[in-house]
Amino acid sequence: MKKMIENTIIAKKTLAPGITSLKIYAPEICAKHKAGQFVILRGWPGGERIPLTIANTDRAKGAITLIFQSVGKTTLQLATLAVGDRVLDMAGPLGTRTHIERFGTVVCIGGGIGTAPLLPITKAMKAAGNKIVTILGFRSRDYIILQNEIEQLSDTLIIITDDGSSGQKGLVTDVLQQLFADGIKIDRIMAIGPAIMMRAVAELTRRAAIPTIASLNPIMIDGTGMCGGCRVTINGSMKFVCVDGPEFDAHQVAWDEVMQRLRTYKQHECRALENYQQNQPERISYAE
Amino acid sequence: MLSKKERLQIAPVKMREQRPEQRIHNQNEVPLGYSPQEAILEAERCLQCKNAPCINGCPVEVDIPGFIGEIARGNFSAAFFKVSEKNVLPAICGRVCPQEEQCQAECTVTKVLKSAERSVNIGKLERFVADYAREKGMRPRVAHQAKSGKKVAVIGSGPAGLTVAGDLARLGHEVTLFEALHVVGGVLVYGIPEFRLPKSIVEYEIDALQQSGVGLKCNYVIGKIKSIKEMLREFDSVFIGTGAGLPRFMEIPGENLIGVYSANEYLTRANLMHAFDFPRSDTPILSGDTVAVVGGGNVAMDAARTALRAGAKKVTLVYRRSEKEMPARLEEIEHARQEGVRFQFLVNPVRILADQNEWVSGMELVRMKLGEPDSTGRRRPVVVPGSEFTMKTDLVIMAIGNSPNPLLLHETPELSINEWGGIIADPETGATSIAGVFAGGDIVLGAATVILAMGQGRRAAQSMHTYMMHSNGKKV
Repeated sequence: MKKMIENTIIAKKTLAPGITSLKIYAPEICAKHKAGQFVILRGWPGGERIPLTIANTDRAKGAITLIFQSVGKTTLQLATLAVGDRVLDMAGPLGTRTHIERFGTVVCIGGGIGTAPLLPITKAMKAAGNKIVTILGFRSRDYIILQNEIEQLSDTLIIITDDGSSGQKGLVTDVLQQLFADGIKIDRIMAIGPAIMMRAVAELTRRAAIPTIASLNPIMIDGTGMCGGCRVTINGSMKFVCVDGPEFDAHQVAWDEVMQRLRTYKQHECRALENYQQNQPERISYAE
Repeated sequence: MLSKKERLQIAPVKMREQRPEQRIHNQNEVPLGYSPQEAILEAERCLQCKNAPCINGCPVEVDIPGFIGEIARGNFSAAFFKVSEKNVLPAICGRVCPQEEQCQAECTVTKVLKSAERSVNIGKLERFVADYAREKGMRPRVAHQAKSGKKVAVIGSGPAGLTVAGDLARLGHEVTLFEALHVVGGVLVYGIPEFRLPKSIVEYEIDALQQSGVGLKCNYVIGKIKSIKEMLREFDSVFIGTGAGLPRFMEIPGENLIGVYSANEYLTRANLMHAFDFPRSDTPILSGDTVAVVGGGNVAMDAARTALRAGAKKVTLVYRRSEKEMPARLEEIEHARQEGVRFQFLVNPVRILADQNEWVSGMELVRMKLGEPDSTGRRRPVVVPGSEFTMKTDLVIMAIGNSPNPLLLHETPELSINEWGGIIADPETGATSIAGVFAGGDIVLGAATVILAMGQGRRAAQSMHTYMMHSNGKKV
């Protein structure tokens, strides 16, 4: 059998419209991965370096799973790669590991694509003996991902959609408020999703004084502490998400700043996207 | 043969340069190099001192009179072989070494003529021979020792790591070089711009290392994918040269506004990611009509000159001490000034100002005056009370220095570090608190220079060789 080359895509799935799952052969990264960690990848020559949280590992196959939503040029092009292609560069596992212990009842909150990085954390929290209550929020029924995988790990799973096409209609914070109202004792909350969702969760749990951890996804280049592009203010002091995070006490995050900085290259992103859609090349194979 | 007096009468040969108004519109190198005739004339200025004081000024002890003598006789290949006996990266050192503080400061011509500007242009001559060799496709002619059967891991592929890798490969060891980024070269590729150090030169030097048997592994973040402990199971010794890669900020209000970059980020986007080719290259970068760079070192000059090439109409460098205290090389300051970079000395930002969209719109600064000397011997800048003023700018680039990169150190608690976060290593051997682990370059020195890092690499390589061949695994 031909020896598999690292970074080769061994499986590909479309989980929902615009949401792709790539299983990539990366035995060394796979062997070292712990919940909460990410990789930096560069798909092709001239490509940008982007961080993606590892959503799953397959130790037997030496592969990691990355799940992403195609919102810009890079993620659209990434979704054109096929089984047998390889991503050009991938470094990891980066960032600190999720703090896992037996807390009691852990509420795991995922918003949209944030459900993917939530998966390994939920798995680790479950394995540590916690009772898991999972709240997942999606735009509509069509965008639900990883429901089965998360369901297996959760003692309770509540799905909510913006339009009510599956589960209740509303926001993850509505569900959280309901849990508070029901008097359920919550020992820890993990929240991963759009910054606006994580901020809303943080505001709610701050009042209830429940320890809440959020995973940030700022713009990064190197992912090793070298550029400072991912800097964020935590409790008044500057931290680098790539090496100090990606997970932080959600009550201490300067959320407005996080959201502001995510908009840095808005114009560039639009231009790159237009440019890509106008000149969309034939699917290029990067297989060796 | 020219007499000493005749040699002293030859005027220093200036290197031709691209005109400033032309070069700010391209990324090409500024100095154009010597012609063979120019190199021979400059080489004739060397007095060929028997005691060769210049060699004492060179951290890697290049036989300077030896190679210059060969140039003077027109034997350019022989000159190259002489340089490359001691220096594995001559084309790079000839360009970025601060020769005026090293070999050229010790040069007898400098002393006799009492003028630093009239020293023999050792750096320019080194560049000439290295470029000559590259154009001819020549490689160093150094005998490799028989295979030792020992395996070495070098972590970080900047100047220190490249030197260690080159030296230990020559000594017969099997060397693997680990780099966190997707390209080998460290600061030589992400930090120093094309117009100061063309990347094709770095590639050529690294290619030479590969040909000498050094294995390259990119995208390896040691500490994360492998611990030092695991490395020691696989390798007979390990060198850490991970550099001073953690950018410092001023800790003033507004530093996280959109439009504030660390010099590392700005230069990495420009140099490593080719952001100025956007959207042909996928990585974007912000540009502005007015750019302010904070700091006075070589990195600040690189950032300012990069901003000019990116089309900024007005680039101002602000520095809290006076011109005399600026740590940048004179040549870099001159180049920046010729290209139109403006300098404001004795000023310091206290706040970065934003427009209604939270984008940078300016800075508030205070004026400074020089007080008593501090621990570095430079006069400490103190704030002039009531001197606040504002300055408009679209971008702010912080170039106030870097700290040692803590990533690997955090994962390796058994490694002793000093109070500012650098690895404690024996200055003679590079040995650290872990047997078999050596360190050098900016991770030990703090932000220093390419050649000092190479000097440390050279010494560490020697002691690693001794350790592996004679210590039977015992600490040296």
